[in-house]
Amino acid sequence: MAIPAPISTALRAAAMLFFVVVVAACSRSSNDAVGLTGAGNLGPGGGAPGSQQEFIVTVGDRVFFETDSSSLTSEAMSTLDKQAAWLNQYQNYRILIEGHADERGTREYNIALGARRANVVVNYLVSKGVNGQRITNQSFGKERPVAICNDISCWSQNRRAVTVVQ
Amino acid sequence: MTLVTRRSALKLGLAGGALLATSPMAMAQLRIVVEGANFQPLPIAIPDFASSDPTFGREIADIVRNNLRRSGLFLPLDPASLPVQVGDVNGTPNFNIWRTANVDALVMGSVERGGQISSSVRVWDTRQAAQVVGKSYNTDPNSARRVGHIVSDAIYEQLAGGSGYFDTRVIYVAESGPKANRTRRLAIMDQDGANMQYLTDGSSMALTPRFAPNGDLVTYMNFADGNPQVYLLQLSSGQQQRLANVGAMTFAPRFSPDGGTVVFSVEQSGATNIYSVGTGGGAPSQLTSGSAIDTGPSFSPDGSRIVFESDRGGSPQIYMMGAGGGNAQRVSFGQGSYSTPVWSPKGDLIAYTRQSGGQFHIGIMAPDGSGERLLYSSFHAEGPTWAPNGRVIMFFQDPGGNDGPRLMSVDIWGRNPQTISTDTYASDPSWSGLRA
Repeated sequence: MAIPAPISTALRAAAMLFFVVVVAACSRSSNDAVGLTGAGNLGPGGGAPGSQQEFIVTVGDRVFFETDSSSLTSEAMSTLDKQAAWLNQYQNYRILIEGHADERGTREYNIALGARRANVVVNYLVSKGVNGQRITNQSFGKERPVAICNDISCWSQNRRAVTVVQ
Repeated sequence: MTLVTRRSALKLGLAGGALLATSPMAMAQLRIVVEGANFQPLPIAIPDFASSDPTFGREIADIVRNNLRRSGLFLPLDPASLPVQVGDVNGTPNFNIWRTANVDALVMGSVERGGQISSSVRVWDTRQAAQVVGKSYNTDPNSARRVGHIVSDAIYEQLAGGSGYFDTRVIYVAESGPKANRTRRLAIMDQDGANMQYLTDGSSMALTPRFAPNGDLVTYMNFADGNPQVYLLQLSSGQQQRLANVGAMTFAPRFSPDGGTVVFSVEQSGATNIYSVGTGGGAPSQLTSGSAIDTGPSFSPDGSRIVFESDRGGSPQIYMMGAGGGNAQRVSFGQGSYSTPVWSPKGDLIAYTRQSGGQFHIGIMAPDGSGERLLYSSFHAEGPTWAPNGRVIMFFQDPGGNDGPRLMSVDIWGRNPQTISTDTYASDPSWSGLRA
């Protein structure tokens, strides 16, 4: 995880700024602190500052929804606040918001529900200063679950919107 | 009735037509009463069809037996148990030996493969000693199975009333691979699962195919452009193109009864509304408005109304509006949610998916929402489509977990649930009309 010397100063500055933002928003995840204690000393799998890996592991790339709902929970808003801060810090990325539904609905409705969820996330990120021109969104309905089982422990993971930085 | 009489009738003008000779005596009583709690399928004897190729004769008879058995209305008897093993369409059966064997309904068929495939069939009511069906058919040599389906339809129509549904095809989504990253391709097959062919290569996800009334055009949802968009696919040419460029996402397409219009959903900024557009192009018309999810539109068979689902009142429910849009009325009021409404081709019923009590149900109700009946319930069942006679519904059911969906059918009396055999997992069936 060593960062090449020529850019380490800038990255460290970015990381420190990010650290402040993250702590202000939420300090629940231990990775937040561990990953930002210093350049070259990131937590396992935390990713370099500004990397896609960091976004996924440290910021959190997804938010979850209640059944048949596209309302943001307080936990989801907290995650999106962190996402917005990171995305505003690293402006070089384009952003795809994927909207997903669990399998306890019909196919066509869930396509629409996934789109509605993706739009809620887009609107929230824009409200937090992320340039809407950077963002596209796509619905996958219930066609791309990540957790496979027949109870709510999986369905609750599949009702999600994923922020993909690219 | 004698053989001479039938031959005379043939000469009287039916020689070039589809009908074998019938006589006034053919007004037989043999008929299945399809309604009723004490329904019993009609036992029917179908010896192998006479043919210079006995294997082919047995193959065609097997298609007929299989169709009639799967309908749930007939009980084809074990061919090995019959007093006569091979059909004879030229003579009058010895009714006494059939009555002694307790056979009321007897099918005698023949089939020959030449430049065309020719088949003749007579159905006899052994108690009345009368013919109830007498027909001849020719099909092109590449569609041998079709002749079995056409014969099956003739028998069904005469004995069970209504029209048949065996000479039809089903287009569906063939699913393979792990559930988290499943490949979904369009496939087509005969209604009994034979002659399966893939229509798309799986490079982009394809969902919800729907037949046009002419059976050659298909509309479906294609993820090739990122967000799903409605495409048209012509089966005869393999040509396909995107239907309309409106909104962020277009999906849930279905043809009008005349095939000239597609009604579909358009998503923009999280709101989903229903639009229609001509299959030849032109500007789409917006039929619903608002911030709700309006989807799953389906025309009435006379083209005057559209049934659809909407969550404008909270959970998804079924609504009805004129074909031009506006003034939608809610028609479903049961507990849980209702989606995927599909109007019966006869106009008398709407089939739908209902979710309640932690289960999925395939149900039917009158277009005004009355007379609701749940036909099939399971952990997950979804997406009904109608056989052209309005008596049988196909859908898909999924046991969940790492398993996948399978096609099933059930009749409108809630009887006879059947799994349709497919090589892969299968979902989103769409049943064609009777083939021309």
